[in-house]
Amino acid sequence: MSEPPRLQIESGRVVLSGDWTLASILPTLAVLAQQLDDAQKSCLDWDLGTITRLDSAAAVFLWRTWNESWPSKLLISDMHRHVILRVAETSLPNAVHGRWDFRRPLETLGAAVIGLFLMLRGLVVVYGQLLLDLGYLLRHPQEMPWKEVSATIYKAGAQALPVTALVGFLIGVTISYLSALQLRTFGADLFIVNILGIAIIRELGPVLVAVLVAGRSGSAMTAQIGVMRVTEEIDALAAMGISRSIRIVLPKMVALTIVLPLLVMWASSIALLGGMLSALLQLDISLGFFVDSLQRAVPVANLVIGLSKGLVFGFVIAWVACYFGLRVKPNTESLSANTTASVVTAITLVILVDAIFAIFTRNFGIPQL
Amino acid sequence: MTAPSIPVVEMRGLATRIGGRDIHRNLDLVVEKGQVVGLVGSSGSGKTTLLRQILGLLQPSEGQVRLFGQDVVTAGGEMRRNLLRRLGVLFQGGALFSALSVFDNIAFPLRELRRLDEDWIRRLVYLKLQMVELEPAHGKLMPAELSGGMVKRAALARALAMEPELLLLDEPTAGLDPERSRSFVALIRALKSELGLTVIMVTHDPETLAGLATHIAVLAGGRIETFGSQADVMAAEHPVVEAFRQGGKG
Repeated sequence: MSEPPRLQIESGRVVLSGDWTLASILPTLAVLAQQLDDAQKSCLDWDLGTITRLDSAAAVFLWRTWNESWPSKLLISDMHRHVILRVAETSLPNAVHGRWDFRRPLETLGAAVIGLFLMLRGLVVVYGQLLLDLGYLLRHPQEMPWKEVSATIYKAGAQALPVTALVGFLIGVTISYLSALQLRTFGADLFIVNILGIAIIRELGPVLVAVLVAGRSGSAMTAQIGVMRVTEEIDALAAMGISRSIRIVLPKMVALTIVLPLLVMWASSIALLGGMLSALLQLDISLGFFVDSLQRAVPVANLVIGLSKGLVFGFVIAWVACYFGLRVKPNTESLSANTTASVVTAITLVILVDAIFAIFTRNFGIPQL
Repeated sequence: MTAPSIPVVEMRGLATRIGGRDIHRNLDLVVEKGQVVGLVGSSGSGKTTLLRQILGLLQPSEGQVRLFGQDVVTAGGEMRRNLLRRLGVLFQGGALFSALSVFDNIAFPLRELRRLDEDWIRRLVYLKLQMVELEPAHGKLMPAELSGGMVKRAALARALAMEPELLLLDEPTAGLDPERSRSFVALIRALKSELGLTVIMVTHDPETLAGLATHIAVLAGGRIETFGSQADVMAAEHPVVEAFRQGGKG
């Protein structure tokens, strides 16, 4: 149907014929380039009169062969001349080549530091807005977005029950099993209760749940707010006179702060159950005895610490998620970058806060023997 | 010119069901080389769906879609790729890759060929930008930084990058001011005469339709109700056409 591009040299003239289009020159590109180069070198007249089709890709091809100037003798139809003319008249901006600069790493470092401060400022802004909104809602309680809060509790809490239970149970079994191996060599079997009780209730339960929820709900929140920004839904809300922070940010932060301690309670219980079963099988410690000595081995302060950690972790995760969500720019790259940053930052902050908790609560809840 | 040329697009007995709803029933459409077909119909009559079927993005429930004489649905791998390289699409929302700059968006299909060097690609990209009346400096911008009209033009430049034989336009002039809209029509017309481009466009704009279309296909009730040259269809008695006639005068 289409004729392949051909180049012939006839009595001192270069004759091009056939279809000169991107699709038709591609298969024989190397050969054609060679032929054109040779023809150009021998300074002949050009006859393009019998070309059937000429598109701009092929025109660029010819124009480059001619070293960006018209050949002295050229036979071409007006239509095709116009195509090449357009190529000739294209203004090419100068290419800016990035040269390596010794200042570049310094600039990168500086940008990272400034970025960190901007992030801290942004987080403070989100926090401050939350306080203002809470103050406003105290005066206008009827505007409290209960529906959104309850939806988030269901999504981030109720739907997370199976996965937190599974992970908690497995961690409980593992810790119990490994500790039992060690304790048996010292004949200190009974201390399994102390180890499991304090480790799970005080430390593992909250951190485990926080990491799971940061990955599960934190990323979802960032992505949701981000997509709402991309699709201008947030602007639509604002245009209706509805505060985006009260309707979108506040419910998430409130709900996650409420729901995380409950999840911690749930996951810790299941983890203890796993530990108890493992202790029963490995060390023959009966369930009744385990529960009984748990009360004596683990002061209630540990539970309070564990649940308060859950409270703070929940708040931190939602806080970070909302901040990064609001930072999403309307493109896919920014969405994925911010979602990643949200999860990483949330988990890092959770571990950081956990360390701070460990230092400030060091005098509480450790049984003195 | 070979005497009985193969139609660029040929749809026979096409039926589409999406979610239990009939979009098309027994639809026939044949577009010959060099035609500029305006696809009109009321909102929700399945015009965009039809374009998606030409692209093979959507499988018809029944019937056949042939592009340049080859079945789009059954063509696989290399053949399908070659087939799709011969057409360019301007999506309704532009569908520019948001992570790439305008320049890289237009260069993307050319780079995918893996045969052209960077200098060649650069010349082509700036040529296309010029064709759609964008400044070379606009090449550095990201799609999020463009106005609605500029997105359209950048997307058209990308659609034209591969020198397509068939151009599919979904609402090409929606969101452009009348001035730009007219220059856009002139641009497509010029391209058509230079390259023998075949165009299928969905449009609601009477002016674009009148200025560009050589043929009009009226989509109603899941079928192509009327197909013919612009003058014939515009003279016909049809509610959809009537609406366009009114719009054209107003």
